Amino acid sequence: MLRYITRRLLLSLITLVLILIALFALTRVFPNDPARQLAGPFASEERVQDLNERLGFQDPLPTQFGRLFRDVITLDFGESFSQPGVRVIDLVKPALWNSAKLVGLSLLLTLPLSIFGGIMAARKKDTLLDRSIVSFGLASASIPDFVSGVLLQFLIGVQLGWLPALSNAPRDSGFFTSLKFILLPALAILFVYFGYIARITRAGAITAFEADYTRTAYMKGLSNREVIRKHVLRNALQPTVAITGTQMGYLFGGLVGLEVVFNYPGLGRLIVNAANAPDFPLLQTAVLAVAIIFMLATLGADLIIAWMNPRARLDLGE
Amino acid sequence: MTVIEPVQSADQVPIDRGDPNDAALSVEDLRLVYHVRGTPREVLRGVTFQVRPGEAFGLVGESGCGKSTTAYAALRYLPSNGEITGGRVRASGADITQMSNKELRDFRANRAAMVYQDPVQAMNPTLKIGKQVAECFSILGYDKGESEDRALAALERVKIADPKSVLERYPHQLSGGMLQRVVIAMGLAGDPKLLVLDEPTTGLDATVEAEVLDLVRELRSETQAAVLLIAHNLGVIRTMCDRVGVMYAGKMVEEASSSELFEQPRHPYTIGLMNAIPRLGLRKTDRALSTIPGNMPSIGSSLPTCVYVDRCPLASETCRTEIPPLVALGKGRWTRCHHPDKVTEITELEAEVEPYEIGDDRVVQLNSVSKTFRQRGRDIPALVSVDLGFAEGETLGLVGESGSGKSTLAKTMLGVHGPDSGGEITLDGRPMKSKATDRRNESIRAIQMVFQNPDSALNRSWTVRRILHRTVTSLTEISGSAADARVEEIAEAMRLSKHHLDMRPRQLSGGLKQRVAIARAFAGDPRVVVCDEPTSALDVSVQAAILNLLANLQRDERTSYLFITHDIGVVRYLADRIAVMYVGRIMEKGKTDDIFAGPVHPYTEALLSAVPSVDGEAKERIPLSGDIPSPADPPSGCVFHTRCQYHMPGTCDVKIPEAVEVQPGHVITCHLPVDELPRPVAVAISN
Repeated sequence: MLRYITRRLLLSLITLVLILIALFALTRVFPNDPARQLAGPFASEERVQDLNERLGFQDPLPTQFGRLFRDVITLDFGESFSQPGVRVIDLVKPALWNSAKLVGLSLLLTLPLSIFGGIMAARKKDTLLDRSIVSFGLASASIPDFVSGVLLQFLIGVQLGWLPALSNAPRDSGFFTSLKFILLPALAILFVYFGYIARITRAGAITAFEADYTRTAYMKGLSNREVIRKHVLRNALQPTVAITGTQMGYLFGGLVGLEVVFNYPGLGRLIVNAANAPDFPLLQTAVLAVAIIFMLATLGADLIIAWMNPRARLDLGE
Repeated sequence: MTVIEPVQSADQVPIDRGDPNDAALSVEDLRLVYHVRGTPREVLRGVTFQVRPGEAFGLVGESGCGKSTTAYAALRYLPSNGEITGGRVRASGADITQMSNKELRDFRANRAAMVYQDPVQAMNPTLKIGKQVAECFSILGYDKGESEDRALAALERVKIADPKSVLERYPHQLSGGMLQRVVIAMGLAGDPKLLVLDEPTTGLDATVEAEVLDLVRELRSETQAAVLLIAHNLGVIRTMCDRVGVMYAGKMVEEASSSELFEQPRHPYTIGLMNAIPRLGLRKTDRALSTIPGNMPSIGSSLPTCVYVDRCPLASETCRTEIPPLVALGKGRWTRCHHPDKVTEITELEAEVEPYEIGDDRVVQLNSVSKTFRQRGRDIPALVSVDLGFAEGETLGLVGESGSGKSTLAKTMLGVHGPDSGGEITLDGRPMKSKATDRRNESIRAIQMVFQNPDSALNRSWTVRRILHRTVTSLTEISGSAADARVEEIAEAMRLSKHHLDMRPRQLSGGLKQRVAIARAFAGDPRVVVCDEPTSALDVSVQAAILNLLANLQRDERTSYLFITHDIGVVRYLADRIAVMYVGRIMEKGKTDDIFAGPVHPYTEALLSAVPSVDGEAKERIPLSGDIPSPADPPSGCVFHTRCQYHMPGTCDVKIPEAVEVQPGHVITCHLPVDELPRPVAVAISN
């Protein structure tokens, strides 16, 4: 296992370098004149020159890449364009924290519910319960998060008034109060992901329930609960873990609509705003943050799977 | 729900089975249905038998006859759509069909155990062996430490090598034979009075099979547990069981002691099965194998007659209208037939076999072919200087344990792996390119393959017609309507009907699928066909039909076969010559008759004695202990010396033996002087 972890971490490090190269290529190498691109077609030549100097676009590419690398190590990405005098990192950090809270809360709701639903559906395969779970999941997953978000906002937030309709919690509110403010968007995410994760779990659980080792477990004289806990779950949940990991990129960077609907300052909105401004250093840093989170999430998922299944460790030559 | 046909209840017939209350297992008029899309389909149509304490009872019959369903029903393990609709199952007097869930769990933990067909699948891949074995003891109420101690003892009891380290390993790190030992160890945790074995050695090597069967025998005499054994290999049944029941279409049609059943079967179906097996040294030159025409009625079909009537040579009007009675033939021996007195009239099919000459020319010849794999910087010699030739129309049987290099040899011939430089493979005397991708179309066509499992060898989403058409157009120059015609011609030669051509593999039975696979191999008029265990997954009646087909094709097309198999009866029937492989080397080769007459290589002797035979048990099994050495680290001198009972220290472990021609064309690579070489152990009809 230790050998697997080291090798997997090494792979992640390589991924990080590749992410940086890709980002660098997209922003510095491919655009013909990055400063002109940033400034826009009607900007004066001086402004373009000024940009070139500030961002060091005239330097040789390796130097520029080295600078990007240094920025990542020191977590210093310079000043924002759109809000002069503000460090980029100070804009990204709170957005990241906000996104993390939202994603954390929604996973806390989604994972137990959809795993439970998926296992139940698999146990009662082809019954009314199974069909209800599957079709409810399909229906709810086909509604985009910001649409179900608006519905929830209107029903629960406005009509019933049970929860705050917008997620902009007051600055001085405590951790738990701020969670209350994001409960509605988290529910919208639950709506989208319940069906998806429940269906993946169901498929994994059906395979595990039908497997010979599950039969062996029953023949040992174990009860239903013990069979599920000790033998089924470990095998059934591997796909669930894997897809949860790969969804992190979207959850952190892609919830733009939902964040707009609830006026929530997350990472998705930050990226869209930075692109519109355009705020080049901010955009680059935010995108990098999403990429790194995605990398860490898949790393985490792979490590959990390797812990669950010794054969998964074989891939990296254990 | 009533789908039950009127049937004579077993109780009305004066068959003395003994008191069901003290039987280890008493199955009484058991009826079971599978619900398929809302319709109940009968799978077991009133099965009755008893396994007495300490007795081994075998269930035989073709696939789909309900033998496995019976075995699982005996422990009340049913698929979710299965339902017991009648009868009872008692184990030592307790009615399993009436138990509460708690009682059933207790019964499974303490009093019954099961061993399954595929030990690799039967173990949880994510948990260490130790944990899975210890679990059986924690169910019995032992605490953690005690359970672990007992798990170690359990593994020691099944004589697994290095039990301490096995506890710490995961299933994928153990071989099939070791895992089957672990499964048996788990089964014995509760000291069961009943052991149900469902195809326990199918898929294992002959030598591993012999070891596992030995272990079961030993544990049986030690624990006095009763055994219910399901196996499609009748040799296993013959050597393991005291009594045998023959099942057909969800009913028991005959029951007898093992020796009676195999020597004097009294039901037309049993006779059909026995005649389909190549046994008692039968050769393809003697006669074709008998087959059982037709198919078993599908589950759920209404059978108000004799279940076997459609395939029975004795079928009369009565058989079509009345359910046959049980006819007692002696103590614990009966048959369910209207004409028990006429069964002896069934004669074996004496189909004349036209003798044909095997050509002299070496069609394909391997000259000192070696194959060395490189893995993590180490050389692994998987084939070491193999010389083999195939004459036109000749079958070369290739035997040896798993890991002996049989498949590598086949793949090297086919050009999947290129051999090491120095060796060559010639076709009609001309050297072929080593890789199939470099070979000319003609050479590719010349060597084809039939795989063990047609399920994975055929594209499941294509029709049979498309599969064959594709083969014809890619292997030959034929195209367009000529190819269509060729497809139908091949199909006809394989006795596939036009109707089959438009079906997909999954709609076909195992035997039909294998015919398609053979058709595929023959589509381009091959010179040599590699047959890798083509019948080991098939029922004996289907196996007989496939072996007949292969023999006929060979006679008509003058094709040569490389026939890889574990079944000594089959290899003896079909092969003209036999080659024995061990750790990538040919230890012995010679004419089939010469090898069975001896003298033989010590390895051949052990191999032949390991195989359970329907003709009885080898008087003296030559133990072949331990595993086959890894080709990465072959033993010094003679590679077989580590397991050889004639091992001569100072010679065998030092010097590589020379090949000695003991008879014309019969070559043995051994240090023993020719007159000290062993002869094959005689198989005796014991019981």
